[in-house]
Amino acid sequence: MDILSALAGWLTDPANWQGSDGIPNRIFEHVWYSLTATAVAVAIALPIGLALGHTGRGGQLAINVSNVGRAIPSFGIIILAFILAGIGFIPVLIALVALAIPPIITNSYVGIRAVDPEIREAAAGMGMTGAQILRRAELPVAMPLVMAGIRTSAVQVVATATLAAVIGLGGLGRYIISGFSQQDTPQVLGGAILVALLSLATEAGLGAVQRAVVSEGLAQRNAEAAVAAKVSATTT
Amino acid sequence: MRVLRLAAVLVVIVLSAGACASQGGDPLAQDTGDTATEPGTAASDGATGAGEQGTVVVGSANFPEQLILANMYADVIESTGATVERRLNLGSREVIFPALESGEIDVLPEYTGALNAFITGGEEAEDTSTDALLASLEENLPEGVVHLEASEAQDRDAHAVTQETAEEFGLKTLSDLAEVSDQLVAGGPPEEETRFVGLPGLKEVYGIEFKEFRALDAGGPLTTEALNSGQIDVGRVFTTQGVIEEEGWVVLEDDKGLVPSENVVPVVREEVLTPEIEAALNELSATLTTDDLIDLNKRVEIDKEDPDAVARDYLEEKGLLE
Repeated sequence: MDILSALAGWLTDPANWQGSDGIPNRIFEHVWYSLTATAVAVAIALPIGLALGHTGRGGQLAINVSNVGRAIPSFGIIILAFILAGIGFIPVLIALVALAIPPIITNSYVGIRAVDPEIREAAAGMGMTGAQILRRAELPVAMPLVMAGIRTSAVQVVATATLAAVIGLGGLGRYIISGFSQQDTPQVLGGAILVALLSLATEAGLGAVQRAVVSEGLAQRNAEAAVAAKVSATTT
Repeated sequence: MRVLRLAAVLVVIVLSAGACASQGGDPLAQDTGDTATEPGTAASDGATGAGEQGTVVVGSANFPEQLILANMYADVIESTGATVERRLNLGSREVIFPALESGEIDVLPEYTGALNAFITGGEEAEDTSTDALLASLEENLPEGVVHLEASEAQDRDAHAVTQETAEEFGLKTLSDLAEVSDQLVAGGPPEEETRFVGLPGLKEVYGIEFKEFRALDAGGPLTTEALNSGQIDVGRVFTTQGVIEEEGWVVLEDDKGLVPSENVVPVVREEVLTPEIEAALNELSATLTTDDLIDLNKRVEIDKEDPDAVARDYLEEKGLLE
């Protein structure tokens, strides 16, 4: 109970809500690191995933490579990049982008591959070019999976951006690292809770974005398919 | 495909093992103390505490200077004919001092100010001169543990600026720094914000208030990089670090005595202390100077020589092993 009241005290102390070490600024830094990294990762990974899915070539290899990429620890990358690039945002960006790329590639590739071939043939039959097929037929249908990939990446990035504090930058990880060195447990807990809340908010926010960008007919159809699946599951 | 998948699995295993290893090497680990001590693993079977005929266990904390000092202590104790066991690189004071109290370790290289703060529960000493601190140690060291003569060699917490910053603002002392501190960014370990010898003391004693403080590390690679790249103007360092001379930094003089004296001093369990060992360690302390420490640290930190070889070289050069 003691620790909880100390935590509440930390979170409600006005001194912790102002200045460069205040909670608003640390949240801003954290969001800034995460947003930049996710945007860069989308810019790199989405075209690759879509192109691989559209052509159907090299996909297995790309997925295996990006899955290996998933296994590389962000902590290791950030330290290595710090040694190579020095102090600043670049090492953080490298580590977070490397973390964010694999789910986006995998999901967009699988999403496009899973598009019903009849849709693709119908689009081609209407005289669409390859790029038009991708943009107007494949991508809208694959959108739920593509967005799920981006969402997964973004949530991981928000959770991992705490590592920025390890190499002397800001963000919410600052409270965890500094609180640890200063033997200030409420600060550590407060930082951890804020990171968790920010991850949840990211998940919810991107969920809303996903609902907005998935075409209505598709959302409708997915809902019907889910109901149908449920019905068949209960009847069999 | 199966081969590829198998290969991928292997790579994953290897990399995640790497992940664990790299996390084990977390530089923060030193803040909580190293787990390496494992009380009772060594010297627990009465090997120590047997007095004259037993093994003398020399311990040390986990940074280069401590390894050099502990190797020197071990070598000079050995030269008296005693059997020595080295248990070095153990962790922070929070970990190793209890091992000395319980008799797992018999000899430790220590520092007057920091040790005094530790055993008196972190209270700020009124008088931070070497003599006053030694008197306080005399009084407060646990039963069965004594300090020998302190060396004039010191390793203190200090604040450094680059040559350019020193020239630009005319900085030699912390009092000089007080006049311009509101334009400067400082960097150091996170605990600098809360410890008296850090920001609170700088403010109280000198009226220094920086424009901003950036939490980095205790005189490690982050501080070095941030100071050299101009991201911070003032860095917290240790006075004997080899990197200070290497980079040409200017250490600001603590002209109002904020930081206590940090003379190197051996602390020893009485039961292993023979007149020969006492004389050997005192002779070493009398010989060692701060400049020697800086030079020896540089050989280990910058030139990557082995601490034990550096220690032995020094002792032979000074004729302390006869």
